[in-house]
Amino acid sequence: MIDMQDVYKTYRNGITAANGINVHIDAGEFLYVVGPSGAGKSTFIKMMYREVKPTKGSIIINGVNLAKLKDSKVPLLRRNIGVVFQDFKLLPTLSVYENVAFAMEVIEEQPQYIKKRVLETLELVGLKHKARSLPTELSGGEQQRVAIARSIVNAPKVVIADEPTGNLDPDTSWEIMKIFEEINLRGTTIVMATHNKEIVNTIQHRVIAIENGRIARDDMKGEYGYES
Amino acid sequence: MTFASVSAVTVTLLLVGVFFVIMMNLNKVATTIEEDVEIRVHVDVAANDKDKEILEQRINQVAGIKSVTYSPKEKELESLIESLGDEGEAFQLFEQDNPLNDVFVIKTKNPTDTMKVAKQIEKMEYVATVKYGQGKVEQLFSFIKVSRNVGLVLIVGLLFTAMFLISNTIKITIMARKREIEIMRLVGATNGFIRWPFFLEGLWLGILGAMIPIGIVSAAYFYAYDFLNEKLKDHFIKLLEFNPFVYQLSAILIIMGAAIGIWGSLMSVRKFLRV
Repeated sequence: MIDMQDVYKTYRNGITAANGINVHIDAGEFLYVVGPSGAGKSTFIKMMYREVKPTKGSIIINGVNLAKLKDSKVPLLRRNIGVVFQDFKLLPTLSVYENVAFAMEVIEEQPQYIKKRVLETLELVGLKHKARSLPTELSGGEQQRVAIARSIVNAPKVVIADEPTGNLDPDTSWEIMKIFEEINLRGTTIVMATHNKEIVNTIQHRVIAIENGRIARDDMKGEYGYES
Repeated sequence: MTFASVSAVTVTLLLVGVFFVIMMNLNKVATTIEEDVEIRVHVDVAANDKDKEILEQRINQVAGIKSVTYSPKEKELESLIESLGDEGEAFQLFEQDNPLNDVFVIKTKNPTDTMKVAKQIEKMEYVATVKYGQGKVEQLFSFIKVSRNVGLVLIVGLLFTAMFLISNTIKITIMARKREIEIMRLVGATNGFIRWPFFLEGLWLGILGAMIPIGIVSAAYFYAYDFLNEKLKDHFIKLLEFNPFVYQLSAILIIMGAAIGIWGSLMSVRKFLRV
């Protein structure tokens, strides 16, 4: 599913954020990415959706090598990967429905199919009744649910989440995790970078710890392993 | 956002439009004056008909000649008397013994060749004098040349200023759209898909921005045309006709507005599209 081999990334300012990463993630896996700030988690995540291009090595997702992928093909890759961020990245002027539909409109899906699929997805995240609200009228947890709906509306095989509970209170964080669990149970691979010790230790999945751009630890049913 | 961009296009195209009207009309005046320049070759009184014929043939062989018209001395006297009006009557006495010369009136294909052609003809046999407004013509031509060049430089400069101004205005306003573009890219929109609305927006802003200057310049030219033509009548100078000049100018301003608008918006969206 996802295969990283000898991946290096050195930025123009000389900072090396990936220093020989090797990891294999199977289809349907749920993986936490943990580690101290500045250890290279963000680079690891960003390389998966080709926001950052590796300096060396190969990253193969669904049979496509991202290291060799032409810039013009990046949009096609992203249609098969859902991405969720800490700051939600919703368009404030669009309604909940429109924000989710946006992801289908850019890939030019049929309007009838968009309507059906968006409502289904909003139901999955429990926000069908707020379809007409604007993001500013929602709580943080609700906004993150909209962002999750947008990331899965095109039924991607992989969802990549960068600190999705970072801005949320503990109760809301659990709600969000429930949705990710549900998505994972439906067969979607989930890669989640997080600082939330409680979540990692409670809902146990595979954990990889990144330190100094390297994989310091890779445990099935692992623990957070740092003081939070 | 829209207001700022449209204003930028409007102001710059208004400047371009006004300047263009002035430049094109000055050019028209310059061309009219240039075309009036002619060489008058006074034939030596000693020349007989055969000599004149040979001289005409030789003049016709000079490179750059457009036309050679023979004007016998009788005709010259007639036009002299006519040009002097009432006072000219005194010259009618000369009809018996005409002291004037026969003249060849020459026009050159390129008016700036006048001096060169005149110098060549001067050396020919049976040529008494050659007149073309020596001194003044040189000054006139160099003045026309300088003003044309200055005008060209100013128009090009103005266009660059317009592009810079509009690109900057759109760049500032597009910062507000940065998030939208970022999200579009994240969900897999192609660059073409992202660019398309900005392309249309630029086109629309450019055309909208061109409408106001077109209105102002057309109305101003409509009134200025009659007023100035009346004033310039005595100088044998005419401004460019309202139709088709103003329609051509409007088309130019619309095309320029659209091009600047599209260029400005595509340039400013470009930096957000780098993967």
